[in-house]
Amino acid sequence: MQKQILMSREVLLTGAIVLLLAIISTRFPAFIAPSNLANVFNDTAPLILLAIGQMIVILTRCIDLSVAANLALTGMVVSMINVAMPGLPVPIIIFIAVAFGALLGMVNGVLVWKLEIPPIVVTLGTMTIFRGTIFLLSEGKWINAHEFSETFKAFPRTELLGLPLMSWIAIAAVIFFSVVMSRTTLGRAFYAAGGNPHAATYAGIDVGRTQFWAFTISGALAGLTGYLWVSRFAVAFVDLAGGFELSVVAACVIGGVAIMGGIGTVVGAMLGALFLGIISNALPVVNISPFWQLAISGGAIIIAVALNAQANREKGRIILKRAEHAT
Amino acid sequence: MLMETDQKSVLASTESEIPVLALNAVTKTFPGVTALSEVSLELFPGKVTALVGENGAGKSTVVKILTGIYQPNGGQIEIDGSPIRFPTAQDAGDAGVTAIHQETVLFDELSVAENVFLGHAPRGRFGLIDTSAMMERAREILESVGAHIDPRTKLKDLGIANKHLVAIARALSIDARVVIMDEPTAALSQKEIEELYDLVEELKGQGKAILFISHKFDEIFRIADSYTVFRDGALVGSGAIADVTEAELVKMMVGRDVSQIFPDRERKTGDEILAVDGYEHPTEFADISFVLRRGEILGFYGLVGAGRSEFMQSLFGITRPSAGDVTIDGERAIIRSPADAVGKGIVYVPEDRGRQGTITALPIFQNVTLPSLGRTSKNGFLKLAEEFQLAREYTERLDLRAASLDTDVGNLSGGNQQKVVIAKWLATHPKIIILDEPTKGIDIGSKAAVHEFMAELAAQGLAVIMVSSEIPEVLGMSDRVIVMREGRIAAELSGDDMTPETLVRHAAGI
Repeated sequence: MQKQILMSREVLLTGAIVLLLAIISTRFPAFIAPSNLANVFNDTAPLILLAIGQMIVILTRCIDLSVAANLALTGMVVSMINVAMPGLPVPIIIFIAVAFGALLGMVNGVLVWKLEIPPIVVTLGTMTIFRGTIFLLSEGKWINAHEFSETFKAFPRTELLGLPLMSWIAIAAVIFFSVVMSRTTLGRAFYAAGGNPHAATYAGIDVGRTQFWAFTISGALAGLTGYLWVSRFAVAFVDLAGGFELSVVAACVIGGVAIMGGIGTVVGAMLGALFLGIISNALPVVNISPFWQLAISGGAIIIAVALNAQANREKGRIILKRAEHAT
Repeated sequence: MLMETDQKSVLASTESEIPVLALNAVTKTFPGVTALSEVSLELFPGKVTALVGENGAGKSTVVKILTGIYQPNGGQIEIDGSPIRFPTAQDAGDAGVTAIHQETVLFDELSVAENVFLGHAPRGRFGLIDTSAMMERAREILESVGAHIDPRTKLKDLGIANKHLVAIARALSIDARVVIMDEPTAALSQKEIEELYDLVEELKGQGKAILFISHKFDEIFRIADSYTVFRDGALVGSGAIADVTEAELVKMMVGRDVSQIFPDRERKTGDEILAVDGYEHPTEFADISFVLRRGEILGFYGLVGAGRSEFMQSLFGITRPSAGDVTIDGERAIIRSPADAVGKGIVYVPEDRGRQGTITALPIFQNVTLPSLGRTSKNGFLKLAEEFQLAREYTERLDLRAASLDTDVGNLSGGNQQKVVIAKWLATHPKIIILDEPTKGIDIGSKAAVHEFMAELAAQGLAVIMVSSEIPEVLGMSDRVIVMREGRIAAELSGDDMTPETLVRHAAGI
């Protein structure tokens, strides 16, 4: 029953996205040309990557506000490595980005797991620390396009079968994490730990350690996105992706992830991200001011939360045998 | 004392007296179901009426109608003989009807006085709350119910018994004429229950009408003056408690004779499977040593707070003991986490099965296999077909009926959720099963089923530890009983030593 609601919620969201595209196409038909849609998807890829990580964290009843700061710090670190060692191959850069991001995620995870500090406090703190660290490392200076090596900048734009690698990475992450969430014991532990931490504990699941892995995954994805972001835009600075963590949380909420934990899917998080991505790409081309853009995004969040609240509302106890069988 | 009240009640229930609160042929229907069908109920000042019935008999619906949460579809509510309506909970409160719930609905972060006067605090100048008057009145009311609590204390710092007293003080502060007590003793220890009885006597003395809802027959016979029995939403009997026997009440409740509540079982125990030696925790328990054999049911009795659940949680690896050894099947076992315990064949079915038992947003099969994922996965990858297989095997064994194993547990009835919890633990192939208050808050019919099931587990060679605060259950089910008091083993009883008197004596330290 719940599954059906969830499925239908994803179908509903897909429907909303299609409707949105239809409305936009009446004002600006070129928007729904396949090449433009591919561009929109590519633009949204960072949001999708971060939303997947955030979804897993929210699933375990936590929240990661440090993702954008992690992205910026990792982005700065790999940029400085590139400046210092222009010859270092991109796969090694990517490995460093994922590992460094994961390490930052682990800091969050350990503080939540071992010291039992509320996640919102931990990640608010680390968010500020990460930003401060970027300032210390860079002394507040920007790293600009001409300082990066060409291969460093070219990677996310390299096309494969008509799509940039940036898009392929997002697609791969969606598939990979869909499998992790539905077919591995760790994925099951995320759902169990968030759905009912007490029951999970009695079933032998270490809830704290499960949360630690959620933060680690979120951090690793933020690190990966950090490299992709600085290489695509060819710039690294302290305030890179400032405030982006809120868009990430918003994408999850729109994508049907229950803020109280235990409910959510990778596909839902991706759809939530795409919905926001389409809005922010479409509004400028149909000449709607950026202020409206914020209002529309905000409205979408509230509508999504209201719909989720409606679907997750306590349905009352099921006492009748009949009602039970009907489900 | 009892004799006196009985006589008084017989005198009081003469035809002439008008009930302070009455339900007259009240019907309540929900879409597709009739929760109450033309039931009547009368409450008299200075008298305790016990409302008896199995789970689902309609007791809670009556409470909700009396407190203005539900509106009846037919019949009427009468106060002092004249019809009245309670469109909101506020109206019921204004009419002097108040309810003390099973789990008290109070505010942990507020002071005792604020809890007592929330919504009707004494006002001073400019309509501001007159704090000193509030404290003073709260102190008076608390003392009138025999509670020596500083009204400035935050509620969260009180024990459960004192919280009940605060709830009662709140009832008195609004000049309640009718006090509804919905299973007030469910969470209390024996001593606290005695104090509650005294308080009920006190309230009776003040002329309050009391509706007392309970599963426990001993307390019904102890404090009630009259009874009303519901079955399946209909009134099946009422009268003076002096004119009825326990067996008759049970028969009315379940609609059949319940001759022997506890299953007869062959008490034959095998080899020693578990030995606990010198288990200790810095603050919760000390010096716990005992052995457990295959096919045995070992009862753990004690007052609430005697450290039984705390010890069990430690044995299960949720908390760490500071000293002590566990031997399972002759081998020393080190249990650092619940996963270790499950791996060694110990499972723990916690007391609060709703909160600690199931994950309602996950489907049945995922709940069942959760502690067994080690067996239904390889290198961290789940084998869904095997998971389904395992879940099907155990849900069928327990006769759990659901449309599909993909159904989310949140959509199941309470009884079926319970089966999911039990299936989940049996699927781990345990050697030792710890049941913490296995029948708390469930009706007589379901209790018998749980008892049968325990007997069956023991007959299959499982060793069962049963933590229970109900003396008949402890005596009826256990082969041996360990009594705990203040974190230590007070006595280990078997055979003829197992009597209600010895249990209570050791538990209370008399």
